[in-house]
Amino acid sequence: MTASDQDITDASDEAVGKSAPHIYAPTRKERIIDHLRNEWQIYVMLIPTVIWLLVFLYKPMYGLQIAFKDYSIFRGVAASPWIGLEHFETLFGSDQFLRALRNTIYISLYSLLIGFPVPILLALMFNEVLNPLFKKSAQTIVYLPHFISTVIIAGIVITAFSPSAGIVNTVIGWFGYDPIYFLTKPEWFRPIFIGTTIWQEAGFQSIVYLAAIAGVSPTLYESAVVDGASRWQMMWKITIPSILPTIIIMLIIRIGNMLEVSFEMIIVLYQPATYETADVVNTYIYRQGLQNGQYDIAAAAGLFNAVVAFVLVMAANTISKRYSRTSLW
Amino acid sequence: MANMNLYSRGDKTFVIINMVLIGIFTLSTLYPFIYITALSFSSGFAATAGKVVLTPVERTAEAYNYILSDRMFWVSYGNTFIYTIGGTLMSLAFLIPGAYALSRPQLYGRRFWNLMVAFTMWFNAGLIPFFLNMRDLGLLDSYFGIIIGFAVNGFNLILLRNFFEGVPRSFEEAARMDGANDFQVLWKVYVPLAKPAIATVALFCMVSRWNGFFWAMVLLQDQDKIPLQVYLRHTIATLSDDPEFTATQLNASYSFETVSAAIIVCSIIPVLIIYPFIQKYFEKGILMGGVKE
Repeated sequence: MTASDQDITDASDEAVGKSAPHIYAPTRKERIIDHLRNEWQIYVMLIPTVIWLLVFLYKPMYGLQIAFKDYSIFRGVAASPWIGLEHFETLFGSDQFLRALRNTIYISLYSLLIGFPVPILLALMFNEVLNPLFKKSAQTIVYLPHFISTVIIAGIVITAFSPSAGIVNTVIGWFGYDPIYFLTKPEWFRPIFIGTTIWQEAGFQSIVYLAAIAGVSPTLYESAVVDGASRWQMMWKITIPSILPTIIIMLIIRIGNMLEVSFEMIIVLYQPATYETADVVNTYIYRQGLQNGQYDIAAAAGLFNAVVAFVLVMAANTISKRYSRTSLW
Repeated sequence: MANMNLYSRGDKTFVIINMVLIGIFTLSTLYPFIYITALSFSSGFAATAGKVVLTPVERTAEAYNYILSDRMFWVSYGNTFIYTIGGTLMSLAFLIPGAYALSRPQLYGRRFWNLMVAFTMWFNAGLIPFFLNMRDLGLLDSYFGIIIGFAVNGFNLILLRNFFEGVPRSFEEAARMDGANDFQVLWKVYVPLAKPAIATVALFCMVSRWNGFFWAMVLLQDQDKIPLQVYLRHTIATLSDDPEFTATQLNASYSFETVSAAIIVCSIIPVLIIYPFIQKYFEKGILMGGVKE
């Protein structure tokens, strides 16, 4: 029992004592005042965070209405005239936006297909390493790129794939081929980008699966050893089935966040020559809105992106609730 | 599984092949960093001629001389420290009391407040409304704008709240008996108990601040306020097209590539220094915040 509960009971005991036949029932208003008098401190602690959320995240949601308005910075959000769905019609009639949408879908689908299994494989492989020192050092190294800035990673990519100095072209040169200007070739953008994000994140993502593997009951392995199972068989018959729920939940989360393409890295890596395959919705919004000042159209593109993402996340959450009886949040 | 001693011959082959594959993956993670370091200590000529593979060629520190004598390098490095330390402290100042309040069962409308936090993780107004809002608030081109504008993050708030919720009530009873109020209970009971969780959140904040680049690029026009990441991006973008730079690079002791590599190395060093301390926490942290309830 907390101090505040104590107060409430004391107070009502007293009241009961005074007005003997009637049981004192405080009104709703009185209860709230009493509650605030006792518990005001937690509200003081909550208020800054709530105000922050309202000012920095909810107020922009109010500002989203410019997606349906002919916005001008001089008139401001509220005074700009409504124009209905005109911006959305413009967007879906624009080759550039449709290209960005297509690229976003391609990049996220390829990233999912190629990138999703890699951390699972890594975790399974780490689990089979017997030397703890080797395991620990290898893990330390493969987790590292996650903590390096996307600009730095992009800088490394630009340097490594540079036509004159880059190591990639140096190696190509050893085999007698001419250097390739990788970052100006649309057909090379996606493999380079997707490869880089897998290189950067796969190690870190394997942590979740390693934790799931650590939770598998050792008795399962012990009885399998008695039955003469090989490590390969144990991996397929025990480890993988045991972590399957984790794999499925991670897959659902991944699909829910599919549209979150790391556009920060694309901004550093792409150039007009590769827009054809590299331009995604967020880089399109960045160029249209922040560089060309077409705030309303860009906000409309952003709203479209956010709504699709919201539907995906909600669907993912509902499915995972049904599947695992646990909500993701 | 590590305690098993029975191996068949097949097992041995399996374990060895596995070690080799892990080794290859690990080396391929490490190699780009070795390559960049080698490049940063090579001469501009050797770099441009593509002679650098594993170790510095025509060893020189000229690229470092070039950036270390650039005033903007120091200004942006200092700014990054300001944003990282200021931003992390600001985040904790919001997150610790906020998470504590959200974890209290007696909080009125608790479901509503938690939903208010969770909703920001599902739906996001997007780049443009956020930018226009920052402009309307007068937070463009300001240190304070960068520090306050990204202070609260739903994931970190929920991670901390979950930790506070997991603390057994018996821990605070003694303090309550002594008449401690919520501020005192939070500060004297919960904060010391939650040190690992707070450290995890603080490290997540620090890493994202240190690496943050997009919003700094968008919100800051004043070159004297930009962080290191924006300076690096700027250097990569301008040096590569700078005719003066390319014209002199053939016989220069430094080139675009070696200078970029040197900035990259300087930017990674602080991350490498704190990395061993982070590692203790992030494996737990990622699991604490991920799937819950």
